[in-house]
Amino acid sequence: MIDLAHYADVAGLDVIEHLRQLAALLKGKRVIHVNSTQEGGGVAEILEKLVPLMQQLGIDTAWEVIHGNENFFMCTKSMHNALQGNAIDIPKALLNVYEETNAHNAERLREKLEAADIVFIHDPQPAPLFNLCPGKRGKWIWRCHIDIRHPHRPVWKYVRNFIKDYAASIFSLVDFAQPLPHDIFVVPPSIDPLSEKNMDIDENEVASVYKEFGLDLKRPIILQISRFDRFKDPLGVIQAFQLAKKYIPSLQLVLAGGGASDDPEGEIVLGEVRVAAADHSDIHVLALPPNADRTINALQRGADIVLQKSLREGFGLTVTEAMWKGKPVIGGDTGGIRLQVIDHHTGFLVNSPEGAALRIRYLLSHRDRLEAMGEKAREFARDNFLITRHLRDYLALMVVLVYNVEERIELS
Amino acid sequence: MRGLVSRAKKTQGSLPLLVKDCALITIATGIRAQNLRELRDRLETIHPSSIYYHFWGRRLAPSFDQPEFNNDFAAWARHGLHDSVLAERLAVVDPTDFSTIEALRQELIEVIEERLYESALVPWARTDHQFYFKRSKIVVFDTKHHITEPMVLPQMLPTLSLSSIFYHFIDARRRAPEGIDDFSAWLDAYGEKYASLRDEIGSIDLYFSTMPEIRERLVHLCTHHLFPRQDV
Repeated sequence: MIDLAHYADVAGLDVIEHLRQLAALLKGKRVIHVNSTQEGGGVAEILEKLVPLMQQLGIDTAWEVIHGNENFFMCTKSMHNALQGNAIDIPKALLNVYEETNAHNAERLREKLEAADIVFIHDPQPAPLFNLCPGKRGKWIWRCHIDIRHPHRPVWKYVRNFIKDYAASIFSLVDFAQPLPHDIFVVPPSIDPLSEKNMDIDENEVASVYKEFGLDLKRPIILQISRFDRFKDPLGVIQAFQLAKKYIPSLQLVLAGGGASDDPEGEIVLGEVRVAAADHSDIHVLALPPNADRTINALQRGADIVLQKSLREGFGLTVTEAMWKGKPVIGGDTGGIRLQVIDHHTGFLVNSPEGAALRIRYLLSHRDRLEAMGEKAREFARDNFLITRHLRDYLALMVVLVYNVEERIELS
Repeated sequence: MRGLVSRAKKTQGSLPLLVKDCALITIATGIRAQNLRELRDRLETIHPSSIYYHFWGRRLAPSFDQPEFNNDFAAWARHGLHDSVLAERLAVVDPTDFSTIEALRQELIEVIEERLYESALVPWARTDHQFYFKRSKIVVFDTKHHITEPMVLPQMLPTLSLSSIFYHFIDARRRAPEGIDDFSAWLDAYGEKYASLRDEIGSIDLYFSTMPEIRERLVHLCTHHLFPRQDV
């Protein structure tokens, strides 16, 4: 566990002092975060960091994970896809599994959740717990990490029923906020600059990782790190690579990612990607284990350009990770990527494989622009997307809710 | 509620200026507009704090220092509706020309209605480029620093964060009944001694200046007035 004080070196002493002032108002409060996976994916990754930091600030904070079987996760994956806009109707039998699974989890967690002062429910998987804890005394907050700008209406209507009575909800971008009868906070996620995935590592380590995967650091490398998920458009990335390679024959592509225990589709998409990459010796498809943070760090540092060509994206933490390492990002013009990739400043926003190919060619033939954008990207990530800012926002909104603050609060 | 007070204490007399910092917690109102007529209609009823946010609060949101437009309405007219004429007209609406948010609201509506009158078609934005009305709550932090007297301003000001400048220079104008910034109010307590500095600070064009520019200008003015020989 990293000492909070170490973040002062990266974020500044004043930022740590702000956190302490906010936390002082939450001393003695019991806070619980609930999600559906202990590892894999952005939510678990953020909670792994946020929970210990909240504890260090003297806030009694716990993290609970709900358990479910394969059908439960089939259902929540379909729900996730439908909320991101796919017209999927979920069979009643699967919705029954969803509700029964939450009821079983409520039996296990009810006592703790009802006693908590603040409960954060992450994403739709555990959303029904609210109604299953009738004796709750605290404020419940629904934290939505996904892009629900255009949800498939029947599924959103179903999920909304579980959420509408929460005290507040949090979305990563204002565009995602759906009308709900409570305060809707906008809190972009963040990265931890001191974690294995983002800390500084030396060039030898980067070289050794690249050697391990048979990659040549002397030739240009483009990289996309993400789960094997259709919304991340890995096949579109391969297409962009093929278009760019006609002009840059030495180009290499790395598609690397892991799975998450709540994503049963990952293996299928990985299979499709392997088929598409089969005839190209310069496309490297790497299925990484959940604890590959340091490997990802090295891959990002060694790449010339990082891509995140998503078709839909809640936020896209891999974009911030790459920016933090001084890399320009070519990102899909969607969701939270728009908040991070400021077109022509920290990278480029694209809408097609052709657009991505064009920007790859441009950056690799204008090295000065590539370097300048990378530097700008790092500063932008430092100012806006580090975990200290994320923690400050959570603490502030907890204070706002606990003390019913209307417009302003003044701390000392 | 220890440590929590409802309003900033007004600096009085020649007491030190307590340096504060702040953060805005952004709130989505859930209200959006996809075409110019909807924008006009929503503006009629939107909470005043949302109009304030789209002119001033946006300055603490993730962005670059040299925005193309100084308010979100103008930016949306250009990038959402692709109406450059409207964008330019909205961009020159200077909120400091209006004594109340209601007056500013009426001006925005007037500009939009004029454009609607001129247009054969109501400009529309793509579904994923709608205008989302936001507002914010402000959290004010005690930095534990004090500016003991005006002569130390040139040293202290460069060390203040941009959010601190926002609090003392922009937020102050809606906090103080006189509508003036904290620096001017503080200097006022010294009487005529710093009157010209106070007046110059009060005349900084804060709407068309970025936050770093405001800080730079403050440093320059203070140095120029207090240590004229060091000013270059």
